[in-house]
Amino acid sequence: MEGSGNVAAVNVPDDLRYTTDHEWVRQEGDRVRIGITDYAQDALGDVVFVQVPTVGAPVTAGASFSEVESTKSVSDIYAPVTGEVVEVNDDLTDTPERLNEDPYGEGWICVLSVGDAAELDGLLDATAYRALIDG
Amino acid sequence: MTIAGGRATSIPLMGRDEEPTIFELSAPGRSAARFRDQDLPEWSAHELVPADLVSEPLHLSEASERDVVGHFTRLSHRQYSVDLGAYPLGSCTMKYNPKLCDDVASLPGLANVHPAAPAHLTQGWLELLVGLGDALCEVTGMKAITLQPPAGAAGELTGLLLMRAWHEAQGRQRTKVIIPDSAHGTNPASVTLGGYDTVTVPSDERGLVDLEALKAVLDEDVAGIMLTNPNTLGLFEEEIVEIAAAVHEVGGLLYYDGANLNAILGVTRPGDMGFDIVHMNLHKTFAVPHGGGGPGAGPVAVSERLAAYLPGPVPVRTGDGTYAWSTPERSIGRVHGWHGNTLALARAWSYILLNGGDGLRRVAEGAVLNANWVREQLRGHYDIPFDRPNMHECVVSARNLKKAHGVKALDVAKRLLEEGFHSPTVYFPLIVEEALMIEPTETESPQTVAALVEALIRIAEGASEADREAPRTTPVRRVDEARAARQLIPTFDARP
Repeated sequence: MEGSGNVAAVNVPDDLRYTTDHEWVRQEGDRVRIGITDYAQDALGDVVFVQVPTVGAPVTAGASFSEVESTKSVSDIYAPVTGEVVEVNDDLTDTPERLNEDPYGEGWICVLSVGDAAELDGLLDATAYRALIDG
Repeated sequence: MTIAGGRATSIPLMGRDEEPTIFELSAPGRSAARFRDQDLPEWSAHELVPADLVSEPLHLSEASERDVVGHFTRLSHRQYSVDLGAYPLGSCTMKYNPKLCDDVASLPGLANVHPAAPAHLTQGWLELLVGLGDALCEVTGMKAITLQPPAGAAGELTGLLLMRAWHEAQGRQRTKVIIPDSAHGTNPASVTLGGYDTVTVPSDERGLVDLEALKAVLDEDVAGIMLTNPNTLGLFEEEIVEIAAAVHEVGGLLYYDGANLNAILGVTRPGDMGFDIVHMNLHKTFAVPHGGGGPGAGPVAVSERLAAYLPGPVPVRTGDGTYAWSTPERSIGRVHGWHGNTLALARAWSYILLNGGDGLRRVAEGAVLNANWVREQLRGHYDIPFDRPNMHECVVSARNLKKAHGVKALDVAKRLLEEGFHSPTVYFPLIVEEALMIEPTETESPQTVAALVEALIRIAEGASEADREAPRTTPVRRVDEARAARQLIPTFDARP
């Protein structure tokens, strides 16, 4: 992932958690919904393909489990927590541009079950993530 | 300053209007050839052949010879090429190739030989290949070579298969190959194809391999490391001797990605740095044309201990002064159906003979001088993320233009087309935001490099939102790359 852009214009919602790999994490009970941040989609440029994960696949925190391809490059998506894929956004197969248009909404990538809720405490809050991309 | 050359522009050649496709030039019933009047009767296929054997028409374009030649001549004129002007596409070494090398590759005695002809009838070809192999080993500091791999990526895979064969012969099951985060994308792809897992090491603040981070991932599972030196930032890996010692200490091998070999010809050698396996892109460094899909050539040279594993057969000298084919004792087998892209190899040999050792050194010196001059001239106009002496290419960033004017590296690239130059490489290496990777090569005159730099400065100084519409003066305007990738339609008749 690339360095800092125009940070003032980048949307970093306060109610989400973030990874240093520029994914966002929304807690929904004992599950988490994840996607890539506004900053990430801007740095990637036009997204042309999303390798949608498979429901039931186990994921390991910090390990790559999906890919996003833009006109510039192919980037790995890393699991923010250890768990299992329980729901995926199949619409991304035909409309990968959702990641650019609405990264925190219709551009969500998948929902994971969370093995150990304590892992979420290790993620960045909005203030810390803003500091990361500002640096 | 008196202008001598360099200001010639290719813009008028490129034309103003988009060329129609050959299908749009089609007129029903028109053909290139017409039979002379004759007494023979004309028959329809339907009168001679059973109906179920007559297939549907192919819907080929119907055009006259004159229209076909005009169409392709216009297309060729609108194609920006190395023969037309400067082509500063970093990491690709798009340099001008002497026409003498074309002449050599066209010699009937070379071009008309069947690859299956026996060795006693092809002694000249074998002598050429042995001579080329010796010269490439001399240039790289290696001991033995295969000329079979037909391209750089094929050379990479060959190198990794050699790495695997060597470790297995030592009774080792290694699993990982290390690459830096500035590596060419082909490196991790070759690692995967070679059956290994990729481990990435970061670059430090100098833009070089972080030696401590490298040492932290070195263990008995590491088969080797793939490095480009100079790296893709155009920077020389100054700690290469320490890197080699550390990798060798755990029993790993060093693979040299020869994409940037143009920078060091006759000055230093991968073998002297401690590398064990080297691939060369003859189509970058040694006068083989590229950019049009090939054919290229990616020979792989190795140190003494790996020679027995090379793909075979290899051309060798015999004791009585003749030449023969010989397969190394523990060869990994063929990596090409025949002996490689041999006419590309003939071009490379002619280029080496044309230059000699002294000329090859001047190639590297000229390439490095031109690229450093570009970086110095662009200071203050573009961000320079790793501002230190570079080798044959320099990487600058359009980050400053993006922040101030919303103008990205892609917009700069498209603007440069309006100025009559091919774009540099953009958005690579990935560790530099809004990267512009500029490789002027040694073949462009100081005047041409100055014209290129002036165009880049003009673009930076005049940067505005309007640049998102560039190029505005070319036959084809800004293409929608995202839509082309999302909805690929490769046929004309399906074009909306």
